[in-house]
Amino acid sequence: MTTILSVSGVTKTYEGGHQALKGVNLDIDEGEILALLGPNGAGKTTLISIICGIATATSGTITVAGFDHARDYRAARNLIGLVPQEINLEPFETVMNSVRFSRGLFGKPRDDARIEEILKLLSLHDKKDDRIMTLSGGMKRRVLIAKALCHDPKILFLDEPTAGVDVELRKDMWEIVAQLKKTGVTVILTTHYIEEAEAMADRIGVISNGEILLVEEKDALIKRLGQKELLIELDTPVDTVPEALSGYPLTVSDAGGLIYSYDAQAGSTGITGLLSDLREAGLHLADLSTRQSSLEDIFVDLVKEDAA
Amino acid sequence: MNWNAIAAIYRFEMARTFRTLVQSVISPVLSTSLYFIVFGAAIGSRIDQVEGVSYGAFIVPGLIMLTVLTQSTSNASFGIYFPKFIGTVYELLSAPISFFEIVIGYVGAAATKAFMIGIIILITAHFFVDLTIAHPVWMMLFLILTCISFALLGFIIGIWAGNFEQLQLVPMLVITPLVFLGGSFYSISMLPPVWQTITLFNPVVYLISGFRWAFFGQADVALGWSIAAIILFMSACLITIGWIFRSGYKLRA
Repeated sequence: MTTILSVSGVTKTYEGGHQALKGVNLDIDEGEILALLGPNGAGKTTLISIICGIATATSGTITVAGFDHARDYRAARNLIGLVPQEINLEPFETVMNSVRFSRGLFGKPRDDARIEEILKLLSLHDKKDDRIMTLSGGMKRRVLIAKALCHDPKILFLDEPTAGVDVELRKDMWEIVAQLKKTGVTVILTTHYIEEAEAMADRIGVISNGEILLVEEKDALIKRLGQKELLIELDTPVDTVPEALSGYPLTVSDAGGLIYSYDAQAGSTGITGLLSDLREAGLHLADLSTRQSSLEDIFVDLVKEDAA
Repeated sequence: MNWNAIAAIYRFEMARTFRTLVQSVISPVLSTSLYFIVFGAAIGSRIDQVEGVSYGAFIVPGLIMLTVLTQSTSNASFGIYFPKFIGTVYELLSAPISFFEIVIGYVGAAATKAFMIGIIILITAHFFVDLTIAHPVWMMLFLILTCISFALLGFIIGIWAGNFEQLQLVPMLVITPLVFLGGSFYSISMLPPVWQTITLFNPVVYLISGFRWAFFGQADVALGWSIAAIILFMSACLITIGWIFRSGYKLRA
């Protein structure tokens, strides 16, 4: 895989002294979908704004396909498309004019056929002559994507693409991203919906307090950090963890059963010992099941650790 | 040069002008016609000639300047303030476009619109007064330079303004008084000697004087001063804009 975007030691301190980014390092491979996951105020939008040229970094370097984003800003920005978090659109313009304007800004000659192709991809074609103010929120968000795609960028930034969007449209958005991936576009999206990262991303980066805590393959991340839980249902429900089992990390479930947390990747899970000790304690099993922790649990754990 | 980007900004801004034709073009023409009716025909008929020119004709350059200065400033300030206000400025900042190209696009469109209105007023004036232009080339040059200079000023105001009130503040409180007191409706020689001296600190005096010279071949101040003043003013605006983009003032966090 070739690295298409490289962020190295980027810091950002605002005038008031608030340090939004504390030395971010991040390499993005060509053609991948990376989800940048983080709570509000983690520095996601600041990082994207700096890469796209909307804000300036206090220190650090960024290269886009080998071009320094400050020195060779024209070459670097030509490769980038940005879909901002807020719906920032000129309300009185038509969809077509607005997209034409964006294409022009990126130095591309007028090409209505190409724009119409993009509008079709985004199911916007029948709205092309409508004024933006008459469109629904979801349609406006599509216009933003069309504007970001109209100069055929290699990298697309989607800043919270589905914030405040209904379920159906969110699924559509995921579909659009999947299609873009097929065309070879690298997608970097920020989100605080874990479900979204899980559904779309190849890799996941977790950012909190201006620092990237980790960047990993999505599946590996879930596997590596994935805690499993063994749910033990008992014939006779209990209120507290029996004395004889106090050595195990057990909690009582709502139904009066026991929950045993263990690391599925560890050499010994301790399940065999637990089950025999359960029998010795005179408890009879009604049922057993396991549960894999979701990305959300992992995320909450990571951010909690970082805050601690 | 990213010519396509300049053209995109220019076209986008001009489209706004044509979309709001009544507000953009017809209203300045109407207000100027009212000036002609009130100052030129009603009051002017009771005033003798000023420096050998009928009063109605004498006020034409001043009236054009009044509208052109206000229009170029407000067009350019609105042009760049509006994207800031609605948030679409992110597109300008993230596009492969230099500050110089952004300025050409916005200032070019604002100046074009002001120039068009200036010419329309000139044509309108012909319906009210007899007018011959002594130095048409100089007249055009003054008009174009004025449109560009004040569009540059407007651009600075648009970047600086934090709300719509501030956007109106400079045109209303600074430019309009300076134009009215800059000899739009009178010759400076008509003022008492003290005010003649004070007036010389008003930069608009030099613009109107130079412009009037292009019309009638006579001026309140020497032509050289008028040209120097407009070049000085334009340079000051360009330096300020250069600084704004280097520092990212009110644009880049």
